[in-house]
Amino acid sequence: MASPAVLASEEAHSADEHAAEARVHAAEHSDEHAANATEEKEAFNPAEVIMHHIADSHGWHIFDWNDHPVSIPLPVILYTEKGLVVFSSSEFHHDQEGTHVVEAGGQRFVNIHEKIYYASDVANDHGVFAEMDHETHEVANATPWDISITKNVAALLFSAVVILLLFLPAARSYKKNPNAAPKGVAGFVEPLVVFVRDDIAKNNIGPHYKRFVPMLLTMFFFIWINNLLGLVPFFPGGANVTGNIAVTMVLAIVTFVVTNVNGNKHYWGHILWMPGLPVAVKPLLAIVEFIGIFTKPFSLMIRLFANITAGHIIVLSLVSLVFIFETVWVSPAAVLLTLFISVLELLVAALQAYIFTLLTALYIGAAMHEEHH
Amino acid sequence: MGIVTPGFGLIFWTTLTFFILLFLLAKFAWKPILKAVQDREESINSALKSAEAAKAEMASLQSNNEQLLKAAREEREAMLREARAMRDKTIADAKGAASEEAAKVLEAARAQIHYEKMSAMTEVKNQVAQLAVEMSERILRAELSDAKAQAAMVDRALEDVKLN
Repeated sequence: MASPAVLASEEAHSADEHAAEARVHAAEHSDEHAANATEEKEAFNPAEVIMHHIADSHGWHIFDWNDHPVSIPLPVILYTEKGLVVFSSSEFHHDQEGTHVVEAGGQRFVNIHEKIYYASDVANDHGVFAEMDHETHEVANATPWDISITKNVAALLFSAVVILLLFLPAARSYKKNPNAAPKGVAGFVEPLVVFVRDDIAKNNIGPHYKRFVPMLLTMFFFIWINNLLGLVPFFPGGANVTGNIAVTMVLAIVTFVVTNVNGNKHYWGHILWMPGLPVAVKPLLAIVEFIGIFTKPFSLMIRLFANITAGHIIVLSLVSLVFIFETVWVSPAAVLLTLFISVLELLVAALQAYIFTLLTALYIGAAMHEEHH
Repeated sequence: MGIVTPGFGLIFWTTLTFFILLFLLAKFAWKPILKAVQDREESINSALKSAEAAKAEMASLQSNNEQLLKAAREEREAMLREARAMRDKTIADAKGAASEEAAKVLEAARAQIHYEKMSAMTEVKNQVAQLAVEMSERILRAELSDAKAQAAMVDRALEDVKLN
């Protein structure tokens, strides 16, 4: 049971490396293009656009106007050696190559591919205020702790507001009309709440399910609403929040902690010294089971991240068809396919929220399962 | 930022947002909603249960009613039967009394008739006897006007006596 997840993690790591390489190449290519063919219009590169979209950024890019990117500036918050530094992301002037230095709090920063570094004193041959490590092709400069309100953080906060606006009025309507049929937004959320309570929590956790219901409900709606907002193609939707590994990692860690904190004697007994097996096999199985503690939430993290990111990539690829073929005649096909995938993604949005919550409940249930002999 | 490298900032904000959301929702949304839903479930269950009880009560009332009705019907039937019997008995009694009376009257009449008849017979006998005596006196006077005839008569009488 543990091995596929381990493989998945390895795949993920190699994918990471590939992606990094691809980015380096893309950057080199674009540099070449910028150097060689300034008069020629740059060929459209869908991969770059898509990777740019699904990654996080310090400004919220809305659209391009006359070849000028228009984006909503977001606060850059850095915890540096000299304390907290805050400035607007617009001060980078859309620079992501490290050629524009921002001075703030008596320090100098550059933005290289949406990562913020301490700027070098002088620019290198390419005009970049950073030192490149020639072996790894990575920036060698030091980085401050970056807790900026990035695009994903802004989208996250927005979705939190949406969730609160959805459920607080619903809760109020129950207080106003106790013991009545649910009305309005309460009528919409009640079946979902009851579904999470009965079909996810009660069925999988067992008799002590009640104290996990608030967490599971929050998890379910947090994932679902973020998935849905990610499908909205314009501001303030469209951010790839649940397709970001940091977000899914936090959710998976919540599952990991809740599962293991609530693990009973029986659960740990099965992990460390599996009963009913020859003694020779027990240590071996203990290792496998111990790895399993981590691979379960790890698979949750990867599953949600990969599904949502894949959805975004497919939709963007189909939208990009018009630009790739450079003809409007492909647009009917592109629109139809995008529509089809978008509808599918609506299903995936709910399904992934359900699966994440269901598996969390299942893991908690397994950790709290009482021995029956 | 690589797409599979979790960024520190987003981890920080996600954790913060998630737990604030968890706190706010748990306190102000999930608790009242879950409580309301559970309360309503309980009230629906109790309402169903009381409806069931009311139905059972109704059924028992109905069967009671039916029993009452049945009893009443039986009682009425019994009363009718009694009344009919009484009537029959009264009629029969009256008939019996009447016929007895009639028989008595008849008997009395018969006795009277018998008596009347007897007395009439006696009177007739008396008159016949008187007539016979008068007749025989006249005949005897006529017959016994001569001695010879008287002697012959005595002889016959004597002969009759011998015979008896």
